[in-house]
Amino acid sequence: MRQVYLDYAATTPVKEEVLAEMLPFFSLQYGNPSSLHKFGYTAREAVDLARERVAALIGAKASEIYFTSGGTESDNWAVEGVAGAQPAGRAHVITSKIEHHALLHSCAALEEKGHSVSYLEVDPTGFVQPHALKQAINERTCLVSIMFANNEVGSIQPIAELAKIANSAGIIFHTDAVQAAGNLPINVQQLGIDMLSLSAHKIYGPKGIGALYIKEGTAISNFIHGGSQEHKRRAGTENVPGIVGFGKAAELAARNLNDHIKKTTTLRDYFIDRLLADIPDVQINGSREQRLPGNVNATFNYIEGEALLLDLDINGIAASTGSACSSGSFAPSHVLTAMGLPIEQVYSSLRFSLGDFTTKEDIDHTVSVLNATVKRLRAFSPFTQE
Amino acid sequence: MSMYNEKVMSHFTNPHNAGTMENPDAVGSFGSPVCGDMMEISLKITDGVIEDAKFRTFGCGSAIASSSVATEMIKGKTLEEALALTNNDFVAELGGLPEAKVHCSVLSEQAIKRAIYQYAKEHDLELEGLKGFDPDAEFEHDH
Ligand SMILES: Cc1ncc(COP(=O)(O)O)c(C=O)c1O
Repeated sequence: MRQVYLDYAATTPVKEEVLAEMLPFFSLQYGNPSSLHKFGYTAREAVDLARERVAALIGAKASEIYFTSGGTESDNWAVEGVAGAQPAGRAHVITSKIEHHALLHSCAALEEKGHSVSYLEVDPTGFVQPHALKQAINERTCLVSIMFANNEVGSIQPIAELAKIANSAGIIFHTDAVQAAGNLPINVQQLGIDMLSLSAHKIYGPKGIGALYIKEGTAISNFIHGGSQEHKRRAGTENVPGIVGFGKAAELAARNLNDHIKKTTTLRDYFIDRLLADIPDVQINGSREQRLPGNVNATFNYIEGEALLLDLDINGIAASTGSACSSGSFAPSHVLTAMGLPIEQVYSSLRFSLGDFTTKEDIDHTVSVLNATVKRLRAFSPFTQE
Repeated sequence: MSMYNEKVMSHFTNPHNAGTMENPDAVGSFGSPVCGDMMEISLKITDGVIEDAKFRTFGCGSAIASSSVATEMIKGKTLEEALALTNNDFVAELGGLPEAKVHCSVLSEQAIKRAIYQYAKEHDLELEGLKGFDPDAEFEHDH
């Protein structure tokens, strides 16, 4: 049976070139980068090169890249390190209702400590409104964190404008670019970004490694305490193979960016057009243009998303009901809910995310399977209109 | 590999009794789109025996599979026998559901009860299995 993977936003396969660069660092070049001998120096050099490659992907200096265990830790650190460092109850943070749980739950933890958080609304296509950010700022606001692009509906936020508002009020601006990296051009200097979260496994690198970009001079306290790794800011012996893989993945992402965007966007638009043309009562959530190259989020009215997902899986097609963590639980998508979708449509929505190995044949096959399974499930739905 | 066993998968891919019927003697539904699941059941009843049952379900794989076995199990049963069946009987018939999915089978139990309740009311029947049953009660339907 044909296997079609359309869940690149959940995770991507490690590219062969990436794996090849990682492999020696497990059992040949296994030194600790802090060690003062040849084994150590070799590992140190590899980590330094990776840091430069990751920095280059976002237009930062290598000294501003701090490796972490992934996007989740980077988000937690950004929130905890800036706002959590304020005296209890003093900090005010502004974020949005459509952030990843890594950020939302960090903010919830802040609130438990008596700090306050404003969650900005989004419009029906999933965009934060800059004027809403302006209005939410008060004299205690110490951090604004708005994601670069949303993982469920792909909405690309007006980051330059949002960062400018924060900058001119003297407030630190953080963005979760886990989904945007490798899919959009990013230049932290031009955009006025103070902190930015990255994760390797969304850009064809390994899982369990990511980075937080911290602009020189940004006031942030440490989150993981211990040894003096990462310029004494993030302790723990480096995940050298992971960092090396992340570096290679970043280098490939930067090199292939234009081709990747062009090819993936074309396939995405073809997919959306075919969904709308071939299957009745389907709607696309989010914007057609300001959208991540590989993101498709669709509502298949009258059928429940998890049943559809199961039917697709039986047919070898991998999609998602939203973020990977939501698929295991019954919670309806907080993103679609924030966009104001009626609840029954929230339950009827699926996310498909395309990537570098997706082909037109994959899309054609998926549309034809969807056509059949949507018909099948609608035939016995109590909501189907006669 | 899937989160469901083969029997559940078979009832999901080939559900029995899916659809509606002409001139049903009783119809009941339970759930709501707000909860993410909803089942409607139609019954043909002759001399207190369920001759035929059909369902329409909006819900996940386990809700659909439960609907399928539930309608299968009540066919040929008296109203009292059908009322005595609980969601645990449907889960057992399916050979088990993942812990987090057991609640989906409650949909069938409650839809059946509601259909029979309406039928009993229309036909002035006193049914043992309906004692204390209140279709409007706030049901613990947790999600
Ligand atoms: C927008 C966003 N932020 C953060 C994360 C978490 O990243 P990681 O899986 O590396 O912890 C993800 C991945 O699911 C994501 O999509």
